Amino acid sequence: MGSPELANLYQQVILDHSKRKKGFGLAEGGVAESHQLNPTCGDEITLRLHLADDDTIERISWEGAGCSISMASASLLSELVPGLTRDEARERIALFREMMRSKGAGVEDDEPLGDAAALEGVSRYVARVKCAMLGWVAFEDTLSLSS
Amino acid sequence: MTIHDLSETPTTGAPRTDTLGDEEALRLRGDFPALHQSVNGHPLVYLDSGATSQKPFVVLDAERRYLETTNAAVHRGAHALAAAATELFEEARARVAAFVGVREDEIVWTSNATEGINLVAYAFSNASAGRGGSAAERFRLGEGDEIVVTEAEHHSNLVPWQELAFRTGATLRFVPVDDEGVITAEAASEVIGERTRVLAFTHVSNVTGAVSPVDEIVRMAHAVGALVVLDACQSAPHLPLDLAALDVDFAVFSGHKMLAPTGIGVLYGRSGLLNAMPPFLTGGSMITTVTMERSEYLPAPQRFEAGTQRVSQAIALADAVRYLQAVGMDRIAAHERALGERLLAGLADIPGVRVLGPLDAARRTGLAAIDVDGVHAHDVGQYLDDRGVAARVGHHCAQPLHRRLGVTASTRASTYLYNTTADVDAFLEGVAGVRSFFGEA
Ligand SMILES: Cc1ncc(COP(=O)(O)O)c(C=O)c1O
Repeated sequence: MGSPELANLYQQVILDHSKRKKGFGLAEGGVAESHQLNPTCGDEITLRLHLADDDTIERISWEGAGCSISMASASLLSELVPGLTRDEARERIALFREMMRSKGAGVEDDEPLGDAAALEGVSRYVARVKCAMLGWVAFEDTLSLSS
Repeated sequence: MTIHDLSETPTTGAPRTDTLGDEEALRLRGDFPALHQSVNGHPLVYLDSGATSQKPFVVLDAERRYLETTNAAVHRGAHALAAAATELFEEARARVAAFVGVREDEIVWTSNATEGINLVAYAFSNASAGRGGSAAERFRLGEGDEIVVTEAEHHSNLVPWQELAFRTGATLRFVPVDDEGVITAEAASEVIGERTRVLAFTHVSNVTGAVSPVDEIVRMAHAVGALVVLDACQSAPHLPLDLAALDVDFAVFSGHKMLAPTGIGVLYGRSGLLNAMPPFLTGGSMITTVTMERSEYLPAPQRFEAGTQRVSQAIALADAVRYLQAVGMDRIAAHERALGERLLAGLADIPGVRVLGPLDAARRTGLAAIDVDGVHAHDVGQYLDDRGVAARVGHHCAQPLHRRLGVTASTRASTYLYNTTADVDAFLEGVAGVRSFFGEA
C-alpha cells in the first residue's frame, strides 16, 4: 500500500477518470484541434474544441495515451467546460495552472475547478505537473486557434 | 560511514572472492554519501545507475583537492600550478586509456558520450565539405554511401547520424532488432554491405541490457572497409572492457555513469584515424600556428580539445577508474549479473509484468525494463518512489526500440556495485503491489 501522500495524489476520483475517460474519442466537427506531447514520457493528447451557436463551449473531445494523471486530468476537464464562455474557460485554465504551480499549497478558492480540484495533490510532484497540464494546454491552444 | 583507503584492497580484510556479494557491496556503499538518505520516509534504494551513478568520497575529494591545491588551465602557461595541473590531466588520460586497453594519445576528453558521437559525426561532415585534405578521404561521405545504425540505439547514437546523413546526402540505414529487441549478427549481415562507410552500434542496450555480438559485427564491417563506432556507455561502467581487443575504430562513454562527475566523457579513436580527421570544435588550445586567414592544427588528442578543458572532472574520472579497478571490473560484472538474475527471476513471478528484452539472464547485464499491464510507467515510477525506490521511467531515450517492442514507455531498474539483493527485492516488492494499487488486479 502507498503512503497518505500517494493516496492524496491518486484519489479515487482520479483513478476512476483515468479508467473511464469522459470526452474520450475525437468527435466530428469542432472549430479547432491541438496536439500536445510530453517528450519525457511520451504522453500525448489530441483535443478538439466544439462551440455552441452562441460561441460558448459546447464540449471538448479528445484522444490520447499516457499516465493516469494526464488521462484523468483531460477527462475532468471535459466534464468542467461545457457551457462556459471563452473568458470563463480562460479563467479556469489560469486557476488550474496556479494550483499546479502551488507546490502543494493549493489555491484559495478551487470551487470553480469542480472535481478537477482533486488534482491539487499533483502540485507536490514537480515532475508530474506537466502530465496534469497536458490536456489543459491543448484546450488553451484550441481557444487561441479559434478566436 | 567509512572511507576506503584505496591503497588497501577495498574489501578490508575479507578474502577476495570472484564476485562482490551483498556484504562487500554494502561495505562499498559506505563510500557513497548520496546513498545514505531517506526518500519519502524510506531509506533510498537507488536503482537508476544506468542513467547516472552516485559518486564515492574518493572522487568527490579528488575534485575538491584539485580545485583547492592545483587549479590552473592546462597546456597553457608555464607557472607551477599550470604545470602540475597539466601533469594530473595527462595522467588521468593515461589511466583511463589503460582502463579500456588503449594508448593515451587515442583518448579524447569530451563532455559526455553524446558529444563524442557528435565529434565523430562532424569529422565526417567536415571532411565531406572538403576539410582535412587528402588524409581525410576516408571520412568523405556523399550520395550512395551508407551510414548504418541499429534499432536499439539510444537517441544519442541515432540523431547525430540522421543529421550527418541529411548534411552529406548519404543514406542512413538501420539493423532491425529481433522480437526480443536484440541486435543479432544475422540481421547486421543483411544490412552491412559494400556501401557501408560507417557503422555505429551499442555494446550493451540501456533498455534490455542485452550484450551485442561485437566481434562478429566488427568483422563484417571491417570486411567491407567500414569504420565502427561503439557506444560503450552501458559497458564501460559495468564490464571489463578492452577496446583494442574488440578492434573497434571509435568508442564513447560518459564519466557520470561510472562514479565520476558530470561534464566529462571519453572518445576513443585509433590514433591513425584521429590524426586524419578534421576537427569538430575549434578555437584555442587545438592549434599550432594561427594567422588572420587560416590555422594549423595540433595532432590528436589536442586537436579535438578546443577551449579551456574540464580538468577537475577528468582528474576525478581517473580516481573513479582507480576505485573501479581496486574493486575489480570482473567482480563488479559478476555481482551485477547475480543481481540481474534475481531481478529477472522475481519479475517472472509477478502477474501482469513483462520484461523487455531476452529473458535469459546470461545474455544481459544487471538491469531490467518492464511494462506493467494497465499501469503507465510514470505511475509505476511514482508508486516506487513513494517507497523510496528510485527507478527510471519513460522511453530512456530509445523511442524506436520501445516502439518496436510495442510500448511507449517502461520502468527500468539498473544496478551497480553498491546495490544488493535487498535493493532488488525492494523493487520487486514494489512492482508486485503496483497493479492492485491502481485497481488493475
Ligand atoms: C547506451 C547509451 N548511449 C548513450 C548515452 C548518452 O550518454 P550521455 O547523456 O552521458 O551523453 C546513454 C546514457 O544516457 C546510454 O545509456
